[in-house]
Amino acid sequence: MLGFLIQRLLQAVVVMMVISALVFIGVFAVGNPIDVLISPDVTQQIRLDTIAAYGFDKPLWEQYLAFLERLVHGNFGRSFVFNMPVLQLILSRLPATLELTIAAVAGATLIGIPLGMYAGYRPDSPITKAIMGITILGFSVPTFWIGLVLIMTFAVWLGWLPAGGRGDTVMVLGIEWSFLTLNGLSHLFLPALNLSLFKLAMMIRLARAGTREVMLTDTIKFARASGQSDGTILRRHVLRQISIPIVTVFGLEFGSTLAFAVVTETIFSWPGLGKLIIDSIQSLDRPVMVAYLMLIAFLFIIINFLVDIAYAALDPRLRARRS
Amino acid sequence: MIDSAAPIARFWFEFRQSQIACVALLIIVLIAALALLSPWIAPQNPYDLATLVLMDARRPPGHVGAGGYVYWLGTDAQGRDLLSAILYGLRISVQIGLAAGAVAFVVGATLGTTAAFLGGRVEMLIMRFIDLQLSFPAILLALVLSALLGQGKVQIIIALVTAQYAYFARTAHGAASAERAKEYVEAALSTPLPSHKVIFRHILPNCLPPLIVVATVQVANSIALEATLSFLGLGLPVTEPSLGTLIANGFQYMLSGRYWISIYPGVALIVLIVAINLVGDQIRDQLNPRLRR
Repeated sequence: MLGFLIQRLLQAVVVMMVISALVFIGVFAVGNPIDVLISPDVTQQIRLDTIAAYGFDKPLWEQYLAFLERLVHGNFGRSFVFNMPVLQLILSRLPATLELTIAAVAGATLIGIPLGMYAGYRPDSPITKAIMGITILGFSVPTFWIGLVLIMTFAVWLGWLPAGGRGDTVMVLGIEWSFLTLNGLSHLFLPALNLSLFKLAMMIRLARAGTREVMLTDTIKFARASGQSDGTILRRHVLRQISIPIVTVFGLEFGSTLAFAVVTETIFSWPGLGKLIIDSIQSLDRPVMVAYLMLIAFLFIIINFLVDIAYAALDPRLRARRS
Repeated sequence: MIDSAAPIARFWFEFRQSQIACVALLIIVLIAALALLSPWIAPQNPYDLATLVLMDARRPPGHVGAGGYVYWLGTDAQGRDLLSAILYGLRISVQIGLAAGAVAFVVGATLGTTAAFLGGRVEMLIMRFIDLQLSFPAILLALVLSALLGQGKVQIIIALVTAQYAYFARTAHGAASAERAKEYVEAALSTPLPSHKVIFRHILPNCLPPLIVVATVQVANSIALEATLSFLGLGLPVTEPSLGTLIANGFQYMLSGRYWISIYPGVALIVLIVAINLVGDQIRDQLNPRLRR
C-alpha cells in the first residue's frame, strides 16, 4: 500500500508540473501581458521598468522557473482588478462554491441512486420509462438553459424563491455559510438544483446499469433462495456492489461540477469562484486566471488520488493484490 | 434474409424500427433545411438595420408591428423579429457544431489511429497526454481558450476542437489497437504500401462505427458548448448572434417578465440538441455488438 501511495504521489507531481507549464504558456506567452499591465499612454521608461520588474525581458524558460518558484511559495501575485493578493481573493470565494457544489453532488447522489436502482430493478415499469426520459433531458439540455427556466418559473412567475445572490449568511469558523439560515437555504436551492440535474441523470444511469448487471449474478440468486426480501437484497447486496463505480464517478464528477459551477454561478449571481473567473476573463485579470486554473488542476489531481485510494479501500480484491 | 453485402441498407432497415429515432431524424433534417435556407425564408433580415423598427422593441408574441407585420414570436430589445433572428441563429449554431465536430473528428481519429499503429513510446506519450486532457472538463478548456483567443467564428471552432478532439482520439485508439493485431493488417504491412496508406485505407475504415457514435454526441455537445460560451459572453460577437447569444441578450429582460426573448431561441436550441442525441442513442444501440441480436 505504501509503495502504491508513493508511486501515485510522484505521478501527481509530474502531472502538476506538466499542467503548470501548459498554463504558463497558455496565459503568459500568448498575447503580450505588458499591454494588460500598463496603460498604453505611459512613457517608454515606465514601460521598460515594468517589463524588467516582471521579468518579461528574460528568456521564457527563466520566466517559467520564476513562475514555479512563486507558485511553490504560494505567491500568485496581486489581482489587477481587486488590488489584493490573489490567494486571499480566491480563498474568500471558495466557500461559496464548495457549498454550492457539495449541495448539488450530495443531492444528485441521494436522489439519483435510489431512482437508478429502481429503474434497474423494474426495467419495464412506466415509472422507469419516465425516469429514463428525465435522464435524456438532463444530459441534453444545457445547464445554463435549465437555470434560465428555473429562474423564470420559480422566481419570476411564482415568486417563491429568490433569483440570485447568497442571502443571509452565518459566520462559522470564520467562514460565511448560507445553508445555516432559512433565507440562505432558499437562495441555495435553485442554483444547487440547476447544478445537480446533469449529475442526477448520470447517477441514475450508472445505478441502473450496475443494478441490472448485479441482479443477474449468482449472489442475488442465493440471497433470494435464502429467503431475503427484495428490499434487503437491494440494500445489502446490490447497493454494496454498485458502490465502487459510483464512488469513482462521484469523485471525478465532483471536479467537473466545480467547473460547471462557472455557468450556474453566473446565472444566479452566486459570489463564488466561477463568477470570479468569468469576471476576471472579461477584465483580463491574468493572475486570477492562472491561480484559478492551477487550483482547479490541483483539486483534480487530489480528487483522482483520493478516488484511487477509496477504490483500493472498497474493493477487497484490489487490496489483496497490492499488499 | 438481409444481405450483409449491403450494410447501409440493413442499418437503415433497423433504424426505421425505432419511431422515436425516425421522428428525431426528421426534426434534424427539418432544422438543417431551415438553417440552410434561412436567408430566403426568414421574414426579415435581422442584421439589416434599415428594416428594424425601434418602436416595436420588446413586443410580445403575436404583436402587429408598425408596418402591419405580425411578429409571431415577438421582438427583442432592438425591435428585431425573433422568428427571423432564431432562423439565422440556428444557421450559425449548426455551422459551428458541424465544423467543430468535423475538425475534431479528423484530428482525433488521425492521432488515435496513428498512436495505435506506431505503438511504443510515441503511443504512450500521445495517449498519456490525451488521458490527462480528458480528466479535465471540456467546458473549462473551451472557456479558457476562447478567453485567450477572443471572439469570432474561427476562434470558437478552435476552442471547441481543442476541447473535444480527445474523445475521438481515445475512441479511435481503442478501436485501432484491436484492429492493429488482426491478420489483414499484417497482410497489408507485408506489401510495400506506405504506412499512412495502411492506417487510412485499412485500419481507419474498420474503426468508423464507434467514431460515428462519438461524432453524433460531440456535434450535439459542441452546439451546446458554443451556446454556453456565447451565453457567458465568450463565444460569438453580437454581430453574429448564435442561439446562445440570443438567449444571453434576452436574459436581462427576463426578470421583468419578457420571457420570449430568451425562451424561444432556447426552445429551438433544445429541440435541436435532444433530436441529435436521440438519433445518436439509436445509432449507438445499433452499432453496439453486445446488443446485437
